[in-house]
Amino acid sequence: MAIQQLTAFVENRRGRLVELTRLLAAAGVDLRALSIADTQEFGILRAIVSDTPKAMDILRRSGVLVKSTPVVGVRLTDRPGELSLALAALDEAGINVEYLYAFLAVTPGVADLVLRVQDNDAAERVLREAGFEII
Amino acid sequence: MQTYYQKEIETMPPEKLRALQDEKLVRQVRHVWDHVPYYRAKMEAAGVTPEDICGVRDLHKLPFLSKADLRDTYPYGMLAVPLADCVRIQSTSGTTGKRVIAYYTQHDIDLWEDCCARAIVAAGGTKEDVVQVCYGYGLFTGGAGLHGGSHKVGALTLPMSSGNTERQLQFMMDLKSTILCCTPSYAAYIGEAMAEKGIKPEENCLKAGIFGAEPWTEEMRRGIEKSLGIKAYDIYGLTETSGPGVAFECEYQNGMHINEDHFIAEIIDPDTGEVLPDGQKGELVFTSLDKEAFPLLRYRTRDICVLDRTPCPCGRTHVRMAKPMGRSDDMLIIRGVNVFPSQIETVLLQEGYAPNYRIEIDRVNNSDTFDVYVELLPEQFSDTVSAITAMERKLGDALRIMLGISPKVHLVAPRSIERSEGKAKRVIDKRKLHE
Repeated sequence: MAIQQLTAFVENRRGRLVELTRLLAAAGVDLRALSIADTQEFGILRAIVSDTPKAMDILRRSGVLVKSTPVVGVRLTDRPGELSLALAALDEAGINVEYLYAFLAVTPGVADLVLRVQDNDAAERVLREAGFEII
Repeated sequence: MQTYYQKEIETMPPEKLRALQDEKLVRQVRHVWDHVPYYRAKMEAAGVTPEDICGVRDLHKLPFLSKADLRDTYPYGMLAVPLADCVRIQSTSGTTGKRVIAYYTQHDIDLWEDCCARAIVAAGGTKEDVVQVCYGYGLFTGGAGLHGGSHKVGALTLPMSSGNTERQLQFMMDLKSTILCCTPSYAAYIGEAMAEKGIKPEENCLKAGIFGAEPWTEEMRRGIEKSLGIKAYDIYGLTETSGPGVAFECEYQNGMHINEDHFIAEIIDPDTGEVLPDGQKGELVFTSLDKEAFPLLRYRTRDICVLDRTPCPCGRTHVRMAKPMGRSDDMLIIRGVNVFPSQIETVLLQEGYAPNYRIEIDRVNNSDTFDVYVELLPEQFSDTVSAITAMERKLGDALRIMLGISPKVHLVAPRSIERSEGKAKRVIDKRKLHE
């Protein structure tokens, strides 16, 4: 089951990110995970939020370029080497990771990982077979 | 069925039209000689008197007028009637230097509005139509011209002026506008706004649009026609000659018929001033034939274009001018290469972008920088940086092939490029080459 990530185009100018987060806060949208890829000119904000359709709607109506992107969520035990095991499983299966970001889950002792790959189903299968829990 | 606003004039046999021009030109030259000392001095310097001008064939003997002449004689140096006989002033947008102002008697206004009425009727307008005029009202000639033309046709005229797109859309839908008059960039913007609101092209009552006051391409025309579900007609004019309506398109969209009973068009070599034969590309020059307050003899428009005298299936006999291929004064020279903004627009449309762009040129360390800012369309947005930079590279390559120089392309968020709701300000040249 792929997770729908919120993806937004953020111009690289002062105050832009604050505006975006304020809009989400005002709408009561909770940010679970967040990552920003940036260049000198623009950034791409990627987030896992409590309500993706709602967040997209709020941002779109304020003129922000948004889309939802299916990504893979995987739960890791919070201990050294765990991420490396997950990535090794994907690598062996020939699955290329375009980007990833991780965050500590609410449950103590585990960390959640968001992965962007070409083929979500294949990645999920590989990770499951390697003993990981997909979220 | 073909309809005309002034059938007899619009379909007048060419030889008869020429005779009319001969007769009017003699009178117009005499009027200028008698009442405009500035131009009389030019004629005297060229050794020409009104007696030398017996008709159109003698036109080439007259000296040219340019925008510089109009600036030098600002405000009333070209006035050919007592100011008390004038009823109106209009002015150019004048982004650089002194504005040019034009003055009109009631007779001049009537002729101008007739020209606009011809354009509206050629676009299918009748008294049953609802004409939404969203050219700027005020000093700009766009609003006043089409407004007056629409009244002459007897259509219901909505004097919206430019801007407030929300209200434009509401009136357009509620009052069932059938003809839209504005700049092509604003028409494209209205199309976008409509799509954003989820209004489909077939849900509006528009059938035609009359768009002018700025250069636009065929690709842009097709885009507007599709997004608004209309037929888009080009209209041409300039404040100096009265305003829009000097030339207009008929349903064949194959060049704009110049109202030759009011204006003589010539094409000249912009460098030598020599008159070029029909069909050759050069600078368009206009001579007014029956203006009272602000007659202009051989006014150089700086628009580069071509005249076409082949018969038009619409039945109008007046010569057609091609869409200007660029103004000799909006041409940019970047790193020694001639660049027309319309070329950039063409590439953007070919590459699937909206024609919303801004060019910035600067000179850093004696070398020109050339940046093109282009809005991303929602469907082009990718979640990876590499995909977006690859798109920038691809667009940069396409521009380099078209222009011969490489711009730096910046993809920016939709709607982040400022749209003036009148003329689009697309070029920011920071080099100050002319100061």
